Amino acid sequence: MQTHQYDVVIVGAGGAGMRAALEASGEARTAVISKLYPTRSHTGAAQGGMAAALANVEEDNWEWHTFDTVKGGDYLVDQDAAEILAKEAIDSVLDLEKMGLPFNRTPEGRIDQRRFGGHTREHGQAAVRRACYAADRTGHMILQTLYQNCVKQNVEFYNEFYVLDLLTDHDLTTEQIEDGAEVNATGVVAYDLASGEIHVFQAKAIIFATGGAGKIFKTTSNAHTLTGDGMALAYRRGLPLEDMEFFQFHPTGLAGLGILLSEAARGEGGILRNSDGERFMERYAPTIKDLAPRDIVARSMANEVREGRGAGPNKDYVLLDLTHLEPAHIDAKLPDITEFARTYLGIEPYTEPVPVYPTAHYAMGGVPTNIQGEVLRDSHNVVKGLYAAGEVACVSVHGSNRLGTNSLLDINVFGKRAGRSAAAYAKTAGPHRELPENPTARVEAQLAEMRDRPDGERVADVRKALQETMDANAQVFRTGDSLNEALAEIRELQKRYRNVSVQDKGKLFNTDLLEAIELGFLLDIAEVTVVAALNRKESRGGHYREDYPDRDDANYMLHTMAYRRPTSAPDAGDGHVPGYFDHVEDFGDYKVVLGSKPVIQTRYEPMERKY
Amino acid sequence: MTAVLENPATEPKAGAVPSFEVTLRIRRYNPESEHGEESTWDDFTVQVHGTDRVLDALHMIKWEQDGSLTFRRSCAHGVCGSDAMRINGRNRLACKTLLKDVNPDKPITVEPIKGLPVVKDLVVDMEPFFASYREIMPFLITSGNEPTRERLQSAEDRERFDDTTKCILCAACTSSCPVFWTDGQYFGPAAIVNAHRFIFDSRDEGATQRLEILNDKEGVWRCRTTFNCTEACPRGIEVTKAIQEVKRAMITRAF
Repeated sequence: MQTHQYDVVIVGAGGAGMRAALEASGEARTAVISKLYPTRSHTGAAQGGMAAALANVEEDNWEWHTFDTVKGGDYLVDQDAAEILAKEAIDSVLDLEKMGLPFNRTPEGRIDQRRFGGHTREHGQAAVRRACYAADRTGHMILQTLYQNCVKQNVEFYNEFYVLDLLTDHDLTTEQIEDGAEVNATGVVAYDLASGEIHVFQAKAIIFATGGAGKIFKTTSNAHTLTGDGMALAYRRGLPLEDMEFFQFHPTGLAGLGILLSEAARGEGGILRNSDGERFMERYAPTIKDLAPRDIVARSMANEVREGRGAGPNKDYVLLDLTHLEPAHIDAKLPDITEFARTYLGIEPYTEPVPVYPTAHYAMGGVPTNIQGEVLRDSHNVVKGLYAAGEVACVSVHGSNRLGTNSLLDINVFGKRAGRSAAAYAKTAGPHRELPENPTARVEAQLAEMRDRPDGERVADVRKALQETMDANAQVFRTGDSLNEALAEIRELQKRYRNVSVQDKGKLFNTDLLEAIELGFLLDIAEVTVVAALNRKESRGGHYREDYPDRDDANYMLHTMAYRRPTSAPDAGDGHVPGYFDHVEDFGDYKVVLGSKPVIQTRYEPMERKY
Repeated sequence: MTAVLENPATEPKAGAVPSFEVTLRIRRYNPESEHGEESTWDDFTVQVHGTDRVLDALHMIKWEQDGSLTFRRSCAHGVCGSDAMRINGRNRLACKTLLKDVNPDKPITVEPIKGLPVVKDLVVDMEPFFASYREIMPFLITSGNEPTRERLQSAEDRERFDDTTKCILCAACTSSCPVFWTDGQYFGPAAIVNAHRFIFDSRDEGATQRLEILNDKEGVWRCRTTFNCTEACPRGIEVTKAIQEVKRAMITRAF
């Protein structure tokens, strides 16, 4: 075992982690720990753009952007956070340009902007050009630019280190902690993939920037490595997860594969058609049609297929039509996604429409934070020295449905905030706090048990069963019955998980072992997602319950806070609102306790969501 | 660069993909195994579909036959740069190479990329590669006060270095270069591509420093213009051309 001491430790080297590192590393001794190499993170797969009301090409302002974000999130957005997101968007984009990001340019040499779903002028009048972009590689450019600047600033990285535990000075799962009492994060435990060695990182401030959990689903735009690690670690250590029932399905995944085709395709004029060639979005969103928010477009597509108007031999997808666009325009603005269609499906987008179907894309929920990036341990108390930013976090700027281009924005705005807050805190926090006795015991036991189990089920079989039940039962359309079926199956898979074994028993670069550990994270995240989805008996944003098709503000205008507790612990979550949020799902080995957190409303009264 | 179907007219569309059998012959190396420092070849046969890629076959092997098979991967669609490997003797990304396009009638050989120390099976130590990258100062260098808004750049000036912004640092180019194989000190194509990305960016003022670094005896002059790098690049970057442009800049601009 090796022990390291830093002021700030950042877990994850995607956009949020590196943006935080650029803030923190100049101010405090900082390390970034990533299970990948820095430029491998999935920020690099983001395509279409980053929203900011620069008004470079037409009239726009941050207030319209705030409104669109709140409405896009079906009013479950915390409006104070959305206002920060939209206001600070402008500097975030300018920061990146000054760091060297090669944005596409207007004829005047300014950063060019284009249309994207749900972004409008004058509160929904018409689509507005708000997305700043670099062809359809905006995420790639952001990731490269941030890494380049980390090289410039000499940021210290621990590459291919898996963080497997979070250390705190109180056990949140069992202790009764008073309102206002201090709880501190003290460090993380990591596994060095190359050597198999365990490292302890003691830190005054820790930032989780570990990304999403798309691999709970079978059809997903997410990388193999997006297994919800940060969410699961926090959850297992007794921290709540917020709004996990809200998962975004991106409308245009390559059919059968899930590979993302940017919404920019529609921003640049692409049209969705059913098997009759009909532009069906005109029926579902008469004003902005194909540029409606993603939840609406994904549901509309799934509905076309369900009603028999799907295209292809099995009528199981719809078509993204770019054939009316000039090939030169496609090459300039959408080079990568058209190449994906050629490479993976053998389709030539100049002349043929591309088969597409919704693909699991983004977790709106996650580890709850306030607007400074501090992690909450209940509806209002923070854990001192613990921060989160990016997809792992829930601020909540996305509410129940994120707008396209708002996540590249989120990682920059809240990555920067978390980095600043963490460094500022580390500077005033005094000496490092003592680590718990034997800090690595839990991780070592977990790894040893998995590695030493002689013979059992294959990791891949359990994972496949999980992903299939999530696709079948917890996707775009959900019902109480389908969710109960998913939950029953996940419970069964949790039992089978205790019997999985790995074939690779070595210490060096044992990815077999780490896939098994990641499967444990996936099971926990899928489970809490389904429990929260069962409990929310309404339809809002990305969560659509066919048995409760309407939004129900009277009962559900609240964030879900899910806590995992031992069966023996008292049920009290945060007890914020009696009634709905006193639900407990007791599994015998542990229970999931659901609490709540109020939604912050400032300017905008909830309205019916029409586009 | 696009993988083009040989006979698109007869290819079935998605939804009706045929399945077939393929054998992968994989170069194995695991110092913890009974073979110690020796590397060996293992054959695996799997049933795959028309849209499956080499990465899918590797996953099938790892997940269904031999969990110890070790390789890197993440995004699985050619943008993260994790899974560059030598497939039938050519550097490619496993996630971007369709099995049907690499003659599945014969065993498909899969080896780690060359010129970097092998850690285990298809995993190599990427540190020397990233060290070269870091040396060429891969970041925007400017002087004076920052402008209040964005720096202006014409669309033409932006286009000038577009090709080299596409680099995903997968090392397919560098590890296909015969000069790099024989001399690991050579910066290699990827580092030069990333220097190019800044040297030809109208906003940047660090070209002279970068050209000096690349004028080193392990710099651009070692390039023998064999075009392996251009062929290997999964992003379709004209790597050799970029290196030539850097050489020319060295003659005309710097010294």
